[in-house]
Amino acid sequence: MARRNGAPEVNAGSMADIAFLLLIFFLVTTTIETDAGLDRMLPPMEPPEEDVVIKQKNIFTVNINKNGQLLVEDELTELKDLRAKAMDFLDNGGAASGSPEYCNYCKGKRDAESSDNPTKAIISLKNDRETKYSIYITVQNELVGAYNDLRNREAQRLYKQDFTDLEAAYLNPETPETDKEELKEKVQRIQGLFPQKLSEAETSSNN
Amino acid sequence: MSKFKKKKDGELPAVSTASLPDIVFMLLFFFMTVTVMKDSTIKVENVLPNATEIKKLEKKDRVIYIFVGKPTKEYENVYGTESKIQLNDKFADVKAVGDYILAERAKKSEELQNVLTTALKVDKNANMGLISDIKQELRKVNALKVNYTTYEGDAFNNLQ
Repeated sequence: MARRNGAPEVNAGSMADIAFLLLIFFLVTTTIETDAGLDRMLPPMEPPEEDVVIKQKNIFTVNINKNGQLLVEDELTELKDLRAKAMDFLDNGGAASGSPEYCNYCKGKRDAESSDNPTKAIISLKNDRETKYSIYITVQNELVGAYNDLRNREAQRLYKQDFTDLEAAYLNPETPETDKEELKEKVQRIQGLFPQKLSEAETSSNN
Repeated sequence: MSKFKKKKDGELPAVSTASLPDIVFMLLFFFMTVTVMKDSTIKVENVLPNATEIKKLEKKDRVIYIFVGKPTKEYENVYGTESKIQLNDKFADVKAVGDYILAERAKKSEELQNVLTTALKVDKNANMGLISDIKQELRKVNALKVNYTTYEGDAFNNLQ
């Protein structure tokens, strides 16, 4: 009779196979989710305390009809021209030099008929109930893009950096706290120069 | 005559595969830890539109999801082909959105309740009417921070 010393060793040769099997299962089921999108703020439900009077020239109206056509400032416009038009409007800086609303960093046409100052300029977006969501997102994307382009320009001028990079670094949870303070200041300064005023509610107008 | 043959010169020794399981286990653990199991099955068609000016949704625990789109094939008979809202695992009416947001908000810890974002995952073929209704509901419950979840890509691809 053969002598046994202890329990026989388990053959571990198939361990790799089992591990591979599990590995392949997890490889297949994994979806590394990359959720990203356009951040927007909705207007609060309560109307503001006092009625703010906004000059018609400071409002940039964008209407989307149910066929996805755009009416920008009462003109039929192609979607690809929207960004340039919005930038022209925001960057206009129409207030006369010397007036309190004068914009010293604007590089626009300084047309007295268009917006006075980027901080006053409002984009008003209206859409039909039958507008396709994809068109709406494209329009939103172009309008946010117009703001980002202008902000990038100012950030390049002031900090030699793109605003979108600054903001991404500020929002990144891995950025150390010490840098965040500095970034916050920069981000807020640029946001102050071109505040995002994108209204989707009814805007009362008055000449 | 020697009993043991000498190894031929030039023959390569076999590569040891003993550490293979270790390597595989390492990979396995990596994928096990990064895997996020889907917590809700999507019952609507959900092809998101493209956009370029996007921001990442960093913290998953601060996000409430709302899905909108046409019911998929298997639900078509019951729910029709019009765009529907899906909250968690169920199809829901627009009026239920507010309650859903409040319920989800109550589940989160107190310090997170004010920084929640609502992620709208909307199929690109949905109509804006439904989205406007959802937005109205969100405004009613003061959930003002929304994120239109999109894929990264040229926005003009949406038009086709």
